Amino acid sequence: MEPQLQLVVEHLHARYAHALDEDRLEDWPQFFTENGTYRITTAENEERGLPLPVLYAEGRAMLRDRVASLRHANIYEPQRYRHLVSSVLVERTGEHAASSRANFLVVRIMQNGQSLLFASGRYIDRIALAPEPRYEERVVICDSRAFDTLLAIPL
Amino acid sequence: MQREWPAEGVTRVPYWVYQDEDLYKEEQDRIWRGAAWSYLCLEAELPEPQSFVTTFVGDMPVVVTRDAKGALHAWENRCAHRGALVCMQARGKAERFACIYHNWVYDHEGNLVTVAFRRGIAGKGGLPADSKPETQAPKKLRVASLHGLVFGTLSAGAPSLEDYIGPDIVPRIQRVMKKPLKVLGTYTQVLPNNWKLYMDNVKDTYHASLLHLFFTRFRINRLTQKGGVFVSKDGAHHCTYTEMVEDTGDAYEKDGMRSAGSSSSQFQLEAPELLEQVDELGDRVSIQILSLFPGFVLHQIRNSLAARQVVPKGVDRTELHWTLFGFVDDDAAMQRRRILQANLVGPAGYISMEDGAATGFVQRGVAGSADRASVIEMGGSTIGSGDSRVTETAVRGLWQTWRRYMDL
Repeated sequence: MEPQLQLVVEHLHARYAHALDEDRLEDWPQFFTENGTYRITTAENEERGLPLPVLYAEGRAMLRDRVASLRHANIYEPQRYRHLVSSVLVERTGEHAASSRANFLVVRIMQNGQSLLFASGRYIDRIALAPEPRYEERVVICDSRAFDTLLAIPL
Repeated sequence: MQREWPAEGVTRVPYWVYQDEDLYKEEQDRIWRGAAWSYLCLEAELPEPQSFVTTFVGDMPVVVTRDAKGALHAWENRCAHRGALVCMQARGKAERFACIYHNWVYDHEGNLVTVAFRRGIAGKGGLPADSKPETQAPKKLRVASLHGLVFGTLSAGAPSLEDYIGPDIVPRIQRVMKKPLKVLGTYTQVLPNNWKLYMDNVKDTYHASLLHLFFTRFRINRLTQKGGVFVSKDGAHHCTYTEMVEDTGDAYEKDGMRSAGSSSSQFQLEAPELLEQVDELGDRVSIQILSLFPGFVLHQIRNSLAARQVVPKGVDRTELHWTLFGFVDDDAAMQRRRILQANLVGPAGYISMEDGAATGFVQRGVAGSADRASVIEMGGSTIGSGDSRVTETAVRGLWQTWRRYMDL
């Protein structure tokens, strides 16, 4: 275990979580490299070797399209997330590259006060460490196959 | 609860239809376990002899199997003995199905083949010689497969599946299900509303381009584009389609619609490849949404293909089981296209995400108004096919069918 690397990766995860929870969606694509990919799937599809994503973006342009659509096209009730990210395991995979596995819980809070354990699962990441730490690939594997009503804000 | 239908008839749907617990139970009897055919699974999910999947017909848990000779069967997932689930797994392969509770064993047709210690041990215990536990055996469904879609019904008197769906809609199924399928994956969207609100939404060709701004802003589907709707003779089933031509008119802009684009700051995708369609079905249709009563939807949205199964879970809760698929002979480019276009549908779908919200809004909105009714008059009061989608003709068909089943 490299303590400095551990801190760098956990810091990236924490900044990512705070950006989403604070509704700074416009910052979200910046957590990825220019061609970074983001994929939400379910443990069931992953175990069956099935490629279907719940959400998939290849590169920052697609990530920005997702944000633009959430801001200007999609209709959903006002809501916020609270991310809890823990049990982060980090491995160095190159001079400027690392991989990470972490657990997450996401609570969804609606404007009427309803708080729901919306999603739990794992982040499986490939991270480019230079020039600054960013996700080359972030795979969000949800434990459950079921999603309540809709998934608007990214996990 | 008052159950009088408004005098206007087919153009009104009273809100108690989404709220009444007794009605929900009656629907289970009259529709789901009645004379309707329900979607069970794709044939592609039962690829080999002795494979099975578990599913639901309304509230009733069901096992669907392919036996050693390749024939399809479906039976209630309930042991004859004490009523426990016989099959716990979502899918798999099995030579026999043993209830975990007391090890009573069933074959692929749902026949009870052995009872553990039926004759007791050393002459003691066991079932009496004249015991007939088979009288409580799992109910067997009639099963039929149409172009790779498997359906079942408990009704001996229901017409054949093809006659049930009818000649207006069957060719529209065949159009999509033209080759052997490959399942790409599944997930469930849990909707906070009565199951009929979802079916009502699917059949509502009028809402699509008004609620789903993504559609309209990118001119994917506007009501000004060429398209139409087919409704089966009895009103039960529908199919709507839009042709591939991009709309260049500005009807939405002229009417100041919320979903309109604006010429000065036209909303454009940075990565429009997400939407690139290959005309794989060869008829220049970009979107086809097809529904069968009571709870099945088949969609083609560009190159995204899926079966959606509606599973009611109480008067104000519904599960939507999505199974997205491609064809066995898809090349890498087509598979990638389908994966990218998966972004259009499902709980996070650019297009589909709002349906759960809108139908939930109705469930909540009508909480205090069992005595009021929906106004369903777009396109008049007729039920039938046509070339306009500014109509609620298919919605009226749903309610005409529902009332026939419910005798209301």
